Amino acid sequence: MIAKRIIPCLDVDAGRVVKGKKFQDLSDVNDPVTLAKYYNDEGADELVFYDITATSEKRDIFLQIVEQTAESVYIPLTIGGGIRTVEDFKRVLRAGADKVSVNSAAVIDPQLITAAALKFGRQCVVLSMDVKRNEDKGCTIYTHGGRINTGIDALEWAVKGESLGAGEIVVNCIDTDGIRNGYDLEITRKISEEVRVPVIASGGAGKSEDFYQVLQHGKADAALAASVFHYGDIRIRELKSYLDNKGIHVRRC
Amino acid sequence: MIAIVDYGVGNLKSVNKAFQYLGFQSLITSDPKEIDKSDAIVLPGVGAFKDAMEQLKKNDLAQCIKENVGKKKLILGICLGMQLLYEKSYEDGEWEGLGLLKGEIVKFNSQLKIPHMGWNKLSKRFDDDLGRGIEDGEYVYFVHSYYLDTHAKDDILFNTQYDVDVPAVVRNGNIIGMQFHPEKSGGTGLKLLRNFGELIK
Repeated sequence: MIAKRIIPCLDVDAGRVVKGKKFQDLSDVNDPVTLAKYYNDEGADELVFYDITATSEKRDIFLQIVEQTAESVYIPLTIGGGIRTVEDFKRVLRAGADKVSVNSAAVIDPQLITAAALKFGRQCVVLSMDVKRNEDKGCTIYTHGGRINTGIDALEWAVKGESLGAGEIVVNCIDTDGIRNGYDLEITRKISEEVRVPVIASGGAGKSEDFYQVLQHGKADAALAASVFHYGDIRIRELKSYLDNKGIHVRRC
Repeated sequence: MIAIVDYGVGNLKSVNKAFQYLGFQSLITSDPKEIDKSDAIVLPGVGAFKDAMEQLKKNDLAQCIKENVGKKKLILGICLGMQLLYEKSYEDGEWEGLGLLKGEIVKFNSQLKIPHMGWNKLSKRFDDDLGRGIEDGEYVYFVHSYYLDTHAKDDILFNTQYDVDVPAVVRNGNIIGMQFHPEKSGGTGLKLLRNFGELIK
């Protein structure tokens, strides 16, 4: 059987790793290539690099970072941030990415998912969605780093994304992100039960038990986290040993 | 020198860098002359079987590979590259492969999620130099929707379980295939690539 995955996510701005707290308050942490190697050695199952560089002229720095990383780690690498066209997919795949994640651009133009899946295969198209609970006990899709409420229902979007060709779905919960008090188990589970592609939980990891909860009760196939790993609060090696003891099927190495 | 065959598909850089990291000389090439000169061939592959075979034929690479393998040169097919080594694939139709090994590539008929994507365990069937240092239960990274169906069970060194037994590492003399991506499979993948490189005499 397929192992549940632990995925560190690195937000990269102009070639440096940062971590946002509720998408604001960024603080510089480390060099992406060094950090990628470190996580690789710690037993990360995959890495996500998220480009948050605002200015286009600095985007090339990011591609160089992707290239250097792909040359020095031997686990899958997912790239996200600023992907708007099939051409953008091609650029990062050429630089050495294995998967590409789209967020806002897919909401604006859902056909982007289909076009990319047809050209590169659905296994490399990751649909990342920022979701927030609403007053009607449902969840809504937000775009542009959580600033714009699209009014689209999260479950509907996940199902549509899968049918358009997404090979994987990242559910990032805005309400729990940066709080470090656990993933949103309910939203993650609902989406996971609704789609047949793997679901990656994101937003809210604070302690080892949070990972267990979302992989077990949130029915996630993978759990993504940033700051708990960057600040060394949780070591991936120890986390996996903990999960293994709790009966979660993880890759030990 | 290990020649990594470039026929316009997929990310070849990772395979190339992995060999170089392990201390082997390798190059990415689409030139049959370079392949003729090489000590071993790596046939990578991502994408559709039919397109890949067309590309190989169009560039005279299919013939070149067959001749080299006929002269007992080592070849490693990775992922789709492994599938191309076989007689036939039923991926969206029925397509002829290189026919270097006996067997067919068939679709998963399973309730499980397809593609079979992620880290799955290797189970060892036979001891072989290629699998040296690999323990039963080590994980490797798979991404595929079709798998090998073959009567040549003696060729299967490692299986993985995904509802059915999926051949993961195959070997028949100088012809080797890995259904997963060794270049994306962490330390286990690197060990397998090193073992392959060390088979070069």
